[in-house]
Amino acid sequence: MLRAIGLSSVDQLFDQIPEAVRLDRPLDLPDGVSEMEILSDMRDLAARNRSAEDLVCFAGGGAYDHFVPAVVWALAGRSEFYTSYTPYQPELSQGVLQALFEYQSMICDLTGLEVSNASLYDGATALAEAVNLARSAPGRGRVLVSSSVDARYVDTLRTYGRGAGYEPELFDTVEGRGGEPSVGDDVACVIVQHPNAYGLLEPARELFGAAHAAGARAIQVFDPLSLGVLAPPGDLRADIAVAEGQVLGNHLNHGGPYLGVIATRLDDVRRLPGRIVGETVDVDERIGYVLTLQAREQHIRREKATSNICTNQTLMAVAATVYLGWLGPQGLEELGRQCASKAAYAAERLSEVPGVEPLFGDAPFFKEFPLRLPRPAGEVRDALMERGYLAGVPLPDARGHALLVAVTERRTREQIDGLAMALKEVLA
Amino acid sequence: MREEPRTPAETAPPRVGAPLRVQGPRQGHGTLKDLSRPGRRAFSLPELDVPETALPADQLRHVRSGLPEVAERDLVSHFTRLSQLNYGVDTGFYPLGSCSMKYNPKIAENVAQLPGFQRAHPQQPDHSVQGSLELMWRLEHALCEITGMARATLQPPAGACGELTGLLIMRAHHERQGHQRKRVAIPDSSHGTNPASVRLAGYEALKIPSDARGLVDVSALEKLIDEDVAGLMLTNPNTLGLFEEEIERVTAAVHDIGGLVYYDGANLNAILGRCRPGDMGFDIVHINTHKTFATPHGGGGPGAGPVGVTEELVPYLPVPRVERLEDGSFELEHEAADSIGRMHGFLGNFGVLVRAYAYVFLHGGDGLREVAERSVLNANYLAERVKGAFPLAYANGRPMHEFVATAVPLKEETGIRAMDVAKRVIDLGYHPSTVYFPLVVEEALMVEPTETETMESLDAFADAMLQAHREAHEDPELLHEAPVTTPVRRLHEARAARHLILRW
Repeated sequence: MLRAIGLSSVDQLFDQIPEAVRLDRPLDLPDGVSEMEILSDMRDLAARNRSAEDLVCFAGGGAYDHFVPAVVWALAGRSEFYTSYTPYQPELSQGVLQALFEYQSMICDLTGLEVSNASLYDGATALAEAVNLARSAPGRGRVLVSSSVDARYVDTLRTYGRGAGYEPELFDTVEGRGGEPSVGDDVACVIVQHPNAYGLLEPARELFGAAHAAGARAIQVFDPLSLGVLAPPGDLRADIAVAEGQVLGNHLNHGGPYLGVIATRLDDVRRLPGRIVGETVDVDERIGYVLTLQAREQHIRREKATSNICTNQTLMAVAATVYLGWLGPQGLEELGRQCASKAAYAAERLSEVPGVEPLFGDAPFFKEFPLRLPRPAGEVRDALMERGYLAGVPLPDARGHALLVAVTERRTREQIDGLAMALKEVLA
Repeated sequence: MREEPRTPAETAPPRVGAPLRVQGPRQGHGTLKDLSRPGRRAFSLPELDVPETALPADQLRHVRSGLPEVAERDLVSHFTRLSQLNYGVDTGFYPLGSCSMKYNPKIAENVAQLPGFQRAHPQQPDHSVQGSLELMWRLEHALCEITGMARATLQPPAGACGELTGLLIMRAHHERQGHQRKRVAIPDSSHGTNPASVRLAGYEALKIPSDARGLVDVSALEKLIDEDVAGLMLTNPNTLGLFEEEIERVTAAVHDIGGLVYYDGANLNAILGRCRPGDMGFDIVHINTHKTFATPHGGGGPGAGPVGVTEELVPYLPVPRVERLEDGSFELEHEAADSIGRMHGFLGNFGVLVRAYAYVFLHGGDGLREVAERSVLNANYLAERVKGAFPLAYANGRPMHEFVATAVPLKEETGIRAMDVAKRVIDLGYHPSTVYFPLVVEEALMVEPTETETMESLDAFADAMLQAHREAHEDPELLHEAPVTTPVRRLHEARAARHLILRW
């Protein structure tokens, strides 16, 4: 090959690199190894993690141990999907394009909103994109956020706000929910998480009503798997709904890759960030799918684009599509019923342990709830880990004596009873 | 409803056909919704083993969602069929320029599925995830060695998010210096994500022209930048596949006005082990693991976009950060006074980082250098094979890991455009190159073969390009009509944008 291009050494290929910046030594990295060796190294690393594989997982706080049926990754894991890229040549990419069209359709079905994009990075960054969309309204720059929105989401907004030029403003909640945002005509959006960061159900209709009364957009952070039983964002009059889509057939993966879900009303479609797939026809009038409304996007519009996103989380969206197809409307409803019932049972059993009580009285919740403990929650969580439980996520509330407990359909009555027993022993 | 692909006319020259083969009897079916039948189901859940709880009536959903109702068997045949409509790296040669569509080693998929990684919860305490934290620590330090940076964050979930991260670090640095600047300089050949990220970071884009060689016009740069310029974003080798030979002068010019230089890692593959952005004078570097380190592109994602910085900029890196304690254990540091904050809900695309780790350490330092050598050799060989028909846009410089050719002469001779060539190449059995990018080259064909292709596949692809060129003169209809062997032919994109159908 070198001969074909008229060279005699590989080094000549790099002649144009100025000598002063060439690396005149080998990289200070180990030499390459065989597949067996890398496998052994990484097995050792993986073995030094505990996980939902060996612990009974009651941890939530934005990522949940829902069951991932075998069919999801048997299909999403097909290499024709995962080794392709953004469908720039639609004739060779109808598989991914159609799957994304179906994903968008299912997200609309779920949320009761009119349009979804083809995915964003995760829930927190999807919220940052939703805020950018809302702030496109002239004269409206302020961003009001319920203080019961996940702190990691608010932190992400703070970071994105440094560039975009806003600082998220928190409004107080009462006993973990509700509150009265004072929405002026300079407010772009009011953000409410429902179910919220404590797992509690919000009076979302009232909060969104307050936003609309002042001409601001209502943004809901929602849990896709709550929507078999809870009223969807569209019915609650949310203008933009965003979610962490990890729960839709994606593994915990120590925090990623997850799936950023965003849906809006049709009026906002030209302000939506990211890829959108549309149906069209080919020259023979056969139905096919393409990336559409690309004039919003960075590769066409450059600095005037609605977002900088290019690579997104397509594969996670494909997995979500298979998962939602597996679940169907009945499965979604049954799953919601099971999560809510098991969580309620767990809250009751755990609150029977001496010294333990619900953090916010009898506030309604979906699949997650906060407890007040007689001891620092971190300590209690660690002691329960010794007994095989990942008992929850410690919260800063109640001077660090609060624990957020999540219960998915995977947890059995026996496991819940077991956790209550272990908690009792640990606190005794 | 779709019909069978059209049969090519008998008189046409033999065609290989697009390498998509839809197998099975149901080629005609539509969406999953079309398969839906009331009461059909795939899910199975155990019986509820606790008392049923009623949620407040005013919070309930009243109308069932409109999700399709299908059996698992329907799901499997539907998505198997969709996969067969899709071309991936595993299907064949995929020379999509600027995307580094190299082969993705299967071992990386296996290790990402180890339960200790796949089922670790992001809210577990540090002491229970030491394996993950050590993996991240080692990967961070390997990436720093490769790029010549001091520390890095693995948090950004994609390259564009890495760009925004880097620019927010730039912003924080200037704020600390007491003078916030207004603009960030970008070459006219840059990726669209660069100017879009610049705006999201609160800056304006200042366009820097390329010179006749396709490199940054350094004299113009020196004239255009002043103390209102926060920095420069640059890819090197640049978007034309050429190494910025005056890179030291470029970075010095930006440093002279107190700016920072940002390295867009889109093309890092070309220089692994040969030179490092840090040694060229760059202050901030992002890496696309889905390009350079072979994490699969996922049909459009997930990726990962780690960002490395010089010692001076370490305080601004996002939190949480992985730190090693004196006893050799690892912890996440959640607070740092000058940090820009959080760029992702958790730790970034951890599962992608696991795959990148596997790739980096499988290859090792010696192997990564060989990756660069082979990728540059392959690109040069392929350029040599096709440049008689498709001349290089900038013939003066030797391309590195990719080259930009132009179909302008072909268009002048025959009216055939780059897009027509790409579509004909599909009928000849390949995924085509990138077309119409970078925007500064007319009728651009941007070809990146990557290091994982053999000489035989490069030759076969070159033959296809040359055949398309020949046919453009002899039988241009073949190119105007192409593709004819795919499940659908050219699609009406304008109609899609005019008559929006975005859901079933």
